[in-house]
Amino acid sequence: MSEETLALEVRNIVKRFPGVLANDHVNFTLRKGEVHALLGENGAGKTTLMNIIYGLYHPDEGEIYINGQKVTIDSPHDAIRLGIGMVHQHFMLVPVFTVAENLILGAEPTKGWTLDLKAAREAVIRLSEQYGLEVDPDAVVEDLPVGVQQRVEILKALYRDAKVLVLDEPTAVLTPQEVEELFVIMRQLKERGVSIIFITHKLKEVLAIADRITVMRRGRVVGTTTPSEVTEQDLATMMVGREVVLQVDKAPAKPGDVVLSVQDLEVEDERGLIAVDGVSLEVREGEILGVAGVQGNGQTELVEAITGLREIRSGKVVLGGHEAPDRNPRYLIEHGMAHIPEDRQKHGLVLSYPIADNLVLCTYYKPPFAKGLQRNEEAIEENAKRLVKEYDVRTPSIFTPARSLSGGNQQKVIVAREFSRPVKLLVANQPTRGLDVGSIEYIHKRIVEMRDQGAAVLLVSAELDEILSLADRIAVMYRGKIVAVVDADKVTRAQLGLLMAGSPAEDVLDKEAVPA
Amino acid sequence: MSTPASFANWKLFWKRWGIGLSIAAVVLAVIFYFYARSPRVTEAVLASTLRQSVPLVLGALCGLLGERAAVINIGIEGQMLMAAYVGFMVNVRTGNLLFAVLMGVLTGAVLGALLAFMSVTLKIDQIIGGTVINILAIGLTGYFYQVGLSAQGKLNPIPLGPLAKIPLIGPVLFDNPPITYASIVLVFVVHYVLFHTPWGLRTRAVGEHPRAADTLGINVYLVRYVNVIVGGALAGLAGAYLSLEAVGSFERNMTNGRGFVALAVMIFGKWTPFGAWGAALLFGFATAMQTQLQFAGKLHIPHQFIGMLPYLLTIVVLAGFVGRARPPAADGIPYEKEG
Repeated sequence: MSEETLALEVRNIVKRFPGVLANDHVNFTLRKGEVHALLGENGAGKTTLMNIIYGLYHPDEGEIYINGQKVTIDSPHDAIRLGIGMVHQHFMLVPVFTVAENLILGAEPTKGWTLDLKAAREAVIRLSEQYGLEVDPDAVVEDLPVGVQQRVEILKALYRDAKVLVLDEPTAVLTPQEVEELFVIMRQLKERGVSIIFITHKLKEVLAIADRITVMRRGRVVGTTTPSEVTEQDLATMMVGREVVLQVDKAPAKPGDVVLSVQDLEVEDERGLIAVDGVSLEVREGEILGVAGVQGNGQTELVEAITGLREIRSGKVVLGGHEAPDRNPRYLIEHGMAHIPEDRQKHGLVLSYPIADNLVLCTYYKPPFAKGLQRNEEAIEENAKRLVKEYDVRTPSIFTPARSLSGGNQQKVIVAREFSRPVKLLVANQPTRGLDVGSIEYIHKRIVEMRDQGAAVLLVSAELDEILSLADRIAVMYRGKIVAVVDADKVTRAQLGLLMAGSPAEDVLDKEAVPA
Repeated sequence: MSTPASFANWKLFWKRWGIGLSIAAVVLAVIFYFYARSPRVTEAVLASTLRQSVPLVLGALCGLLGERAAVINIGIEGQMLMAAYVGFMVNVRTGNLLFAVLMGVLTGAVLGALLAFMSVTLKIDQIIGGTVINILAIGLTGYFYQVGLSAQGKLNPIPLGPLAKIPLIGPVLFDNPPITYASIVLVFVVHYVLFHTPWGLRTRAVGEHPRAADTLGINVYLVRYVNVIVGGALAGLAGAYLSLEAVGSFERNMTNGRGFVALAVMIFGKWTPFGAWGAALLFGFATAMQTQLQFAGKLHIPHQFIGMLPYLLTIVVLAGFVGRARPPAADGIPYEKEG
């Protein structure tokens, strides 16, 4: 150990939850002015450790040192006083407040008894100039894009004079461009002496920004290293504890007949604005069509229209050669559609239902799961036992409510349910968002298997890596339109990035890559 | 300030206050028209409007203090009723009106504390917690109610010197009993506290996103307790108004649903004190008109139909003029701390 004082050090932290050892004698050091990445799968104990540092949890054992001084942190209040700021994964901003109001909440400047909102506004302006984080102090937070909301969170910490900044999965909600901007901000903060703990499970990002990397697995620190010493593959292995296949193995596609055909589709969003603006596309048997695009360019509405969850304004969706007479989800499901929805908790599962019931959500009304008007418990349980085993869902029992599973296991329940029916068309929207490397690997493998069995797959993802490794053809969506459809092996990451940002296809792509 | 900026400010000003100002202008025009035709009746109707609005506005302030901190108080009715009873009994026993009012307020605050304990600490469903208070109040006051008790007096109007002599405005605004004055002052006080003090900012944060408030070191439970107790005190004042200022005695179930109307007033006023005040005045006006019309007896309409007026007006206004109101995001949801 060197002689320099550390911005933060934790020694032998132990935290137990009922049935789980979330932190098992964890040691972690943060040098002044470094970006230290804390890497690990979901449930590895990263967030628990950070919540202990921020005073939200109390450790069962262990010590925390700040600038070499031993401290106890009983509440966020203590943490703030000690110069620790945290940007939570789910933003802790009051949506209806302005930026200035959010900034001062809990540490309000006053004139007599009255809130000094002018001082708050000035503080926003001063801090944003000082750190190059541009925000309008009077903007209402809910109207701001996610990337800007995150800036507000960082400003909140800086306003409280944070010297140690914890960023909990900050890139999970950001577009690729916003991630780049965040990295610029992080570098600026570093130069000004702020030490940053960067929690993530994205390997590329760690290698791009971190000075040091600590990997956690199952509540323990596996090791600490630097980006120059390791590769992505090494980190993945450390995280998961075994060799992980980062690149999906797949044979060339053998496209057959057209399964899904979308013609001149127009769809409105909640506010009645055109979200899908004249989209036409085709997906064939045995191929994966990836829809790439920055979030919020109409992908959600496109998927909802195809799956019968949203009204179509004009245009046609043709499934299996004929237009569905009745565009309700049950009709579509019975005709071979499977859907992995974007928000697994809202649209994929009934969180309070046991896993067994969640596994028959599409088929409960048919034999063998229904006997006349009654449920056939035996068949439902047997189905659940079989699928849990087949899809490797890690759960204490098939009667556990879906709510208590981890994100990865919840997604496996959805995949198990959707794939256990005969599938002609699979619509997968952000199928691996927020999942750890192990689960991503598993779900990717299953999707490719589905394709190889002859299903047509429409894959929507904001993760370029996912699109590039899975899709056979790629459609880029920008402002509600498909701006280009290209073969996956004829396009580069950089080209896709430009297309997603709105550059015209003719400028970006070589002539021969653009199909007629 | 440069011209475009001030123009933008003006637009912002209009967006924020335009509707309110237009309504106020129309209301004033109508008032002056009628005042020119029959000053006595107009004065009577307006004064009655203000007095009818007192328990509603106090009840609505109680409701919105709670809901701004995410505690739904459906027990306002019970808090008012119990306070009306306790205030009246204290007056009967001691003859000290001020003390009686204070005891009424205290009763409301104690019931507020009970609601806070049930909904914040025990995390019982808040609708059930409030209903418990309502049933408790109806049961207790009904059981202990004695026929024929009479008190020595009630709170009388205090004319505010020369102000009370101004035509129309004087008799309506500046010649009222104390709780009526207090209710007007409290509208401003609650507005100030809610929107211009750190406490108000924290209260609203707790009502919208309690976890965010918690991560900033704000004690969510404390904020909720204080708001619900202070709200209870206001409901208590409304109860004291009924038995010590408006009527001067206590009757079974004398609140007669005002606690629930106050909740409607609160929603109608979009969870803001001034909005609630406006809504309460509208309800008060409808009630005053109904009484006036029945007195006058000029209209050849069955009195039952005239009696519907306040409710009809409510429906029309709620359906026609008020946009979709948005309650605090965490309204009614108990807060669980992590870890």
